[in-house]
Amino acid sequence: MSDRLSPDVVAKVARLARLDLTPDELDRATGQLSDMLDHFADIDALDLSDVEPLNSPYPLVNVLRDDDEQPTLDRDEVMASAPKSEDGRFWVPPVLGGDS
Amino acid sequence: MSEYPTALQIADGVRSGDLKAVDIVEQHLATIAETDDEIRAFNYVMADEARRRAAAVDATVAAGGDPGPMAGVPVALKDNMCTRGVPTTCSSKILDGWIPPYDATVVQRLADAGAVFVGKTNLDEFAMGSSTENSAFGPTRNPLDTSRVPGGSSGGSAAAVAAGYAPVSLGSDTGGSIRQPAALCGVVGVKPTYGRVSRLGLIAFGSSLDQIGPFTHTVADAALTLQTICGHDPGDSTSIPEPTPDYSSVLDRGVDGLRIGRIADLPDGADPDVVARTDEAFAALEAAGATIVDVEVPAFTYGLTAYYLIAPAEASSNLARFDGVRYGLRVDGADVEEMMRNTRTAGFGDEVKRRILLGTYALSAGYYDAYYGKALKIRRLMADDFARAYQQCDVLLSPSSPSVAFPFGSKTADPFAMYLCDTYTIPANLTGDPAMSVPFGTGADDLPVGVQIIAPALGESVMLQVAAELERSAS
Repeated sequence: MSDRLSPDVVAKVARLARLDLTPDELDRATGQLSDMLDHFADIDALDLSDVEPLNSPYPLVNVLRDDDEQPTLDRDEVMASAPKSEDGRFWVPPVLGGDS
Repeated sequence: MSEYPTALQIADGVRSGDLKAVDIVEQHLATIAETDDEIRAFNYVMADEARRRAAAVDATVAAGGDPGPMAGVPVALKDNMCTRGVPTTCSSKILDGWIPPYDATVVQRLADAGAVFVGKTNLDEFAMGSSTENSAFGPTRNPLDTSRVPGGSSGGSAAAVAAGYAPVSLGSDTGGSIRQPAALCGVVGVKPTYGRVSRLGLIAFGSSLDQIGPFTHTVADAALTLQTICGHDPGDSTSIPEPTPDYSSVLDRGVDGLRIGRIADLPDGADPDVVARTDEAFAALEAAGATIVDVEVPAFTYGLTAYYLIAPAEASSNLARFDGVRYGLRVDGADVEEMMRNTRTAGFGDEVKRRILLGTYALSAGYYDAYYGKALKIRRLMADDFARAYQQCDVLLSPSSPSVAFPFGSKTADPFAMYLCDTYTIPANLTGDPAMSVPFGTGADDLPVGVQIIAPALGESVMLQVAAELERSAS
């Protein structure tokens, strides 16, 4: 296995991505991601300092539509697919402080 | 060429009153009922919806109206395209129970053209994979050999056409997810120019790479479907505001005088049978009057690396919205963050988690410049290389997939082995250029081989023109 990645780094990335990994999954993910980064080492030696990054194949420019009212999605239809809702609003557990 | 009626034949018959859309849809639903227990192309068969829509098409004809250029044509939709009132899952547990409140633009356009939707097709979860083995609902089998994969990620859509469930299906292509399964199932598959087809209502994977396109048996049916789904959509900010040319008008032009580019430094790894068919495709085009030109696209070699950094990075961002709050699965937790972690951990499969981790890593502080930033620069090199190549040739030709359809399980142990399936298809996603796969003979075990045609941006017409010539040569 490559030493490009440590389990600590992968655990941190998993926390950022809101994913829980069991110890076994963390080991496996560390190995697989390290292997991938080894494959990706073909770009390490490239000197790209003068190259402009290309974010999208289509030149993106802001397009503003006229600021007039347009139909929106049906609220009841949208809320019907929510896991939990109340009075037309999404219901979530406490955002701060758990049960407190 | 095919034992099944084409979309053009069906639409002509239905519009003239010689065929009834309700009969056509019953025939296709019967075929689905007969064999899809084994093939499993569909996550959801829209039998009632299809019958209702077909009856409406017939009623329009009976009243002296024209239901449109795709009148009565059965169409299967990849299950990552929103269909109002019909479950849309991305073959993921995390969208369990979600019913979209709106139709994707492509769905709306096909409906307006008289098409009849027969169902939602299986895919690798969130379109991440090259074999449809990553579906949370189990794999789709290749109708030509059920011990083998149909390719992916649009494996269900490719199999639906190959199995005769519909003459037309839609897939999405982020790194080859239309062209590779088309090659493995022996059908035509087109990825249009980035921005040619609206992505509104396509559940995002890699937003700067994703593009919707058709699977069909014939190049003419692909042209018909493109004509219907292409065009500007104010609801997609990356939609190109250019008029759609008449694609069907170019199919009989031949290739006399066209220059076909052969990429000199193509990464190797294609099986000998695939290489042989590709060489024969060059020879067939040359015999039909085209000139073969050797071109260099050095950045091609780095496409795989650039793609597998950019696509997971975009995916990690796009898939952040699946957090248990607004739609689909929720697994409860003491606070909102624990609920989100529990939901995502239970709802996403292994490959999706792998790509979210890879993408989050590539974007995270300290690694951004070494990975994601560098990948975007390679993307620029790729676009520049292709632009130079197009100064010497009208289109490029290459294999679509390195191999014919492979057995189940043969690439699942090593994620990177699966990623190599996309070697030849990825560059057109990075550049945004249109590309398609056309069946061209068979290889090992009598399985189909597809060749890929890549054209400059908005060059669908010349691409289809070359494809039509290859189709004539192959038959």
